[in-house]
Amino acid sequence: MPKSSLSKDEVKAMLILACERIIAAEPMLSEADRNLGDGDHGLGMQRGMTAAKEKLEAAEVESIEKAFSTVGMAMMSSMGGASGAIFGTFFRNGGKSLAGKEAFDAAALAAFLKAGADGVKQRGGAAVGDKTCVDAMEPAADKAAEVANASLPEAIQAVTDAATAGKEASKAMIAKFGRAKTLGEACIGFPDAGACSVVVIIEAMRDFITA
Amino acid sequence: MSTANPAKKIINNPLKCADELFEGLVIAYDGKAHRVGTRAIVMNELRPDAPALLVGGGSGHEPIYHGLIGKGMADGAAVGEIFAAPPPDIVLEATQAVNRGKGVLYLYGNYAGDVMNFDIGAELAAEEGITVKTVIINDDVCSAPPTDKGKRRGVAGLVPITKIAGAAAQTVDSLDELARIAQKAVDHTRTVGVSTKPGSIPATGKPTFELADDVIGLGMGIHGEKGVALIPMCTADELAAKILDLLFADDLPLNAGDEIIFFVNSLGSTHMMELLILLRGAKPILDARGIKIHQTIVDNIVTCQEMAGVSFSITKLDAELKKFWDMPCESVGYTKL
Repeated sequence: MPKSSLSKDEVKAMLILACERIIAAEPMLSEADRNLGDGDHGLGMQRGMTAAKEKLEAAEVESIEKAFSTVGMAMMSSMGGASGAIFGTFFRNGGKSLAGKEAFDAAALAAFLKAGADGVKQRGGAAVGDKTCVDAMEPAADKAAEVANASLPEAIQAVTDAATAGKEASKAMIAKFGRAKTLGEACIGFPDAGACSVVVIIEAMRDFITA
Repeated sequence: MSTANPAKKIINNPLKCADELFEGLVIAYDGKAHRVGTRAIVMNELRPDAPALLVGGGSGHEPIYHGLIGKGMADGAAVGEIFAAPPPDIVLEATQAVNRGKGVLYLYGNYAGDVMNFDIGAELAAEEGITVKTVIINDDVCSAPPTDKGKRRGVAGLVPITKIAGAAAQTVDSLDELARIAQKAVDHTRTVGVSTKPGSIPATGKPTFELADDVIGLGMGIHGEKGVALIPMCTADELAAKILDLLFADDLPLNAGDEIIFFVNSLGSTHMMELLILLRGAKPILDARGIKIHQTIVDNIVTCQEMAGVSFSITKLDAELKKFWDMPCESVGYTKL
């Protein structure tokens, strides 16, 4: 049965699924990064999500906010690197926007993605078009704002489509950040590895919500 | 979870390399340095009431950055995973451990991950009342034009820069003064690197980049970031001239009578034999311009696993930088008597 809203325990279960999907996607993510960077993005994400899964499974979550921020803190501490700072900020800032929320619905999804994407843009200075994870995050956040009054399953499907389209659009871009920026036109044709990770995470959320 | 080891690295667990090399590094300091928190290393003896010098970065480039702590060098280092910046909590732990009430200078290479994590670390330190200043190393001439220095990466020039900043940290009393001298060392340092073969990622054994057998990546970064050109394989003398041409073409004036530190660095597997042959090729070109080498360093200090390649770094000395350069220093990565 698709879920119209999630409790804190369901949010925790959804995030554990996202962790497992990223862990399993390590070869794909590393390969994506090897085309543009030094090929370690998948390993870093795997390390971060392994730590996040352990933290989530180790204790009851106090709140929806805490479930997301637990993931953010675990990623930031265990990964380091640009990805640790970026994805840690995404989950921490996104989580903070859900303080006091007792149900995760389409409006909460929109608040989470907006705060997460804004935090990442502020920390790293990237905008849409720079061939970074922002190319998947911001379209996802924009779409979530549009469908904030829809049902959660409808909203997450629309958000997944927007994130995927953003990731696909990153293929045509010339990188302005990270190690890929030195490649110039040679990076055209490959999606940004961080955008690929965003899509894996959002797809896991969708699969949990619509299952 | 891959435990394959196709690069035949002599290791225990491909996923534990950063932690295990760190434990080895602490041992290599022979009781003069100790571990702090997760993965920070700090000298036992710190000059009292002095501003602190903290360096750091990803693992896998040993002996930098963490091998550059020592007497007359950095006070401590925040150490990340293989090729990944240290997370903010490690930066904070290191900051707290080196701070002696006069604040902490962060000195590290210009990479997005390092900048973000050290910035978050500085924000956390500020919340604890510790003053932090940051000087970012951006000596890599080929990574951006001189008009866009904010985009230049930090590479082998970090060795003379850290040496000079380390000497200053033994001498000056204010964080502002330490930061000024470190920034001056950065402003006076330029590096050009080339690569002939990639390194590998310890956890996967996969190469960090691809490069055809018959070409040299001119201006390539230490992680295989694209340089300015792919050139046909050539002789050491030809390569030395090409590298120096790029250094001379940059915006640091190098004139007859100038004194420099000249650092010939191997990126990993390029042998001392080749470094010395390159040095022999470079010397007459410097002589012809009247540029005087105050000190030569020929060593592999800024590396990327078994990556093959070399970089030339030039630090142009003035009276102040020369004074700090001439002080002795001792570290696992670089020692000067």
